[in-house]
Amino acid sequence: MLLEVRDLHVEFHTRDGVAKAVNGVDYSVNAGETLAVLGESGSGKSVTAQAVMGILDIPPGKITQGEILFQGQDLLKLKEEERRKIRGAKMAMVFQDALSSLNPVVSVGDQLGEMFQVHKGMSRKDSRAKAVELMDRVRIPAAKERVGQYPHQFSGGMRQRIMIAMALALEPELIIADEPTTALDVTVQAQVMDLLAELQRELNMGLILITHDLGVVADVADKIAVMYAGRIVERAPVHEIYKAPAHPYTKGLLESIPRLDQKGQELYAIKGLPPNLLAIPPGCAFNPRCPLARDRCRTDVPPLYDVTESPVKRASACHFWKECLHG
Amino acid sequence: MADLNDEAVAAALDAPVGRGEPILQVRNLKKHFPLTQGILFKKQVGAVKAVDGVSFDLYQGETLGIVGESGCGKSTVAKLLMNLERATAGEVFYKGQDITKLSGRALKAVRRNIQMVFQDPYTSLNPRMTVGDIIGEPFDIHSEVAPKGDRRRKVQELLDVVGLNPEYINRYPHQFSGGQRQRIGIARGLALNPEIIICDEPVSALDVSVQAQVINLMGKLQDEFNLSYVFIAHDLSIVRHISDRVGVMYLGKMAEIGTDEQIYEHPTHPYTQALLSAVPVPDPEARAHRERIILTGDVPSPANPPSGCSFRTRCWKAQEKCSQEAPVLAIPERFKGQDTPAAHFSACHFAEEKNVVPAH
Repeated sequence: MLLEVRDLHVEFHTRDGVAKAVNGVDYSVNAGETLAVLGESGSGKSVTAQAVMGILDIPPGKITQGEILFQGQDLLKLKEEERRKIRGAKMAMVFQDALSSLNPVVSVGDQLGEMFQVHKGMSRKDSRAKAVELMDRVRIPAAKERVGQYPHQFSGGMRQRIMIAMALALEPELIIADEPTTALDVTVQAQVMDLLAELQRELNMGLILITHDLGVVADVADKIAVMYAGRIVERAPVHEIYKAPAHPYTKGLLESIPRLDQKGQELYAIKGLPPNLLAIPPGCAFNPRCPLARDRCRTDVPPLYDVTESPVKRASACHFWKECLHG
Repeated sequence: MADLNDEAVAAALDAPVGRGEPILQVRNLKKHFPLTQGILFKKQVGAVKAVDGVSFDLYQGETLGIVGESGCGKSTVAKLLMNLERATAGEVFYKGQDITKLSGRALKAVRRNIQMVFQDPYTSLNPRMTVGDIIGEPFDIHSEVAPKGDRRRKVQELLDVVGLNPEYINRYPHQFSGGQRQRIGIARGLALNPEIIICDEPVSALDVSVQAQVINLMGKLQDEFNLSYVFIAHDLSIVRHISDRVGVMYLGKMAEIGTDEQIYEHPTHPYTQALLSAVPVPDPEARAHRERIILTGDVPSPANPPSGCSFRTRCWKAQEKCSQEAPVLAIPERFKGQDTPAAHFSACHFAEEKNVVPAH
């Protein structure tokens, strides 16, 4: 297993109290595999990724429990110095907003080249050549001429491709992409996702794709982890989850998106709002919004049940998953 | 600069049957932002053609969706319809009156009937005003709608209509979630009983589960108050869900316009086809047998659009003719007089039907 997150807990200490952002997350990715982490804002999907990358702000954040095993080694036990060697070289991240993630006063070539200077000790000249190579690889036209240009001189899609180039620079084994196409137009989104998938295949990388877009997930993921209030509520291979969700939250999400191929009447809407992380409801966090909720849901926190019925393994954190799966 | 196109205008005027009078008629609307050089003596060196000749009709009680990518001019169209930006050329007729020529009191009177809901519920509400003041502010401007003593009750009624607790009247925007704030924005838009609401990306900042709530609310309000919507968005699935007719914009021009079925199931413009094929479909089974049209390159600058058809630089069908002659938004010659859903307005010399949305 390339990466395994085990029972991860993250809290934020704020003026108003302790916000429990991640409450026991388990997931894993293999080389060449794509895991989509699906969730709405505040579900803890990005915080988990930041903990994996080791870029969580501590304080106010605090990892209170859990293990992050990367190639069998627990990253949480490493010194910051050792982690820095892994970050960038073995695992890299692509952020949502390329414009604010790139330094506006440093040329794109220097930003790409920095990777080689810092990690590989290359000279400025050699790293420049590497930068051009990378820009070619992510299909930026006239890379040689444009390597000295600044981020504002590129379009949104190109900037995101430069971010991908930067993440790929040292050929890492794991890429975490946090909403990589959310800020892009659909035609450009298709270009960027295609590029990411192709490079992943070529380098046999593990990819964690963090998103809220059920369409993008269906296009590229092998397996899915659905998060709600800092917990995984359902985990399954991509085909199973779309065919028959085993958690009422997943089911609600799938039913609430309008479809391109049909004109619906009224959309199904999950009632209520996502919970406040300072005061997560007792029992199942989804119970106040759940159509299946009954007394037990308000008191007992559901474990992640093994709901495997076919050869493919899947799990759901719902006491009444059978009802959801078959009803 | 493209000349006023008589055929396009005539075509757009061709009202679909059984809809009655259009409530809003937009004719060859243009907005060019000047590009200047020099500090003391500003000299105009060019223009960004944000909107460059757009025509359409809006009927009572219908929803017209406008889709397009960033920079295509859809939000500028929204501002022009409200006369928040002065049009460079063209007309917007509201019940026969050209609002682009109005100012002062006459404009104020018209704006009472055309209201707007904005994209970002976080920046479009004043953080220092209570919800009651925000929703009640339109009554200060149009005091004839609600006499002073009646306002509080009116505001509470509006809160109730959009599904918020009327007791929240004294709260501030930061005490609400994104979806609730968008409801406040909608309540403000409804305050003056308008006939038309222009919605500029009203749900794109919201989470999926909340988005559905707001879309359902908008549908309900439309039935209840017989509202007409101009619904501007980049999410094609949402636009299909809510719209009766859809217009597709590219680089300041309308590429194609028709009913939702005509556009989504029988698109004839290559840009519409590419756009639809690029939308990720939430169905992993469709992955294998999907034909995707991946466009190359980026959208050209509206300050320097290509000659002829503005889409030709990214189009796989482009030929000599496309660089010389700008296509007209009309029913394509080959479909004229035919009783087929492909016979709708499309601005392409080589319009051809192609279904790109996989059926389930």
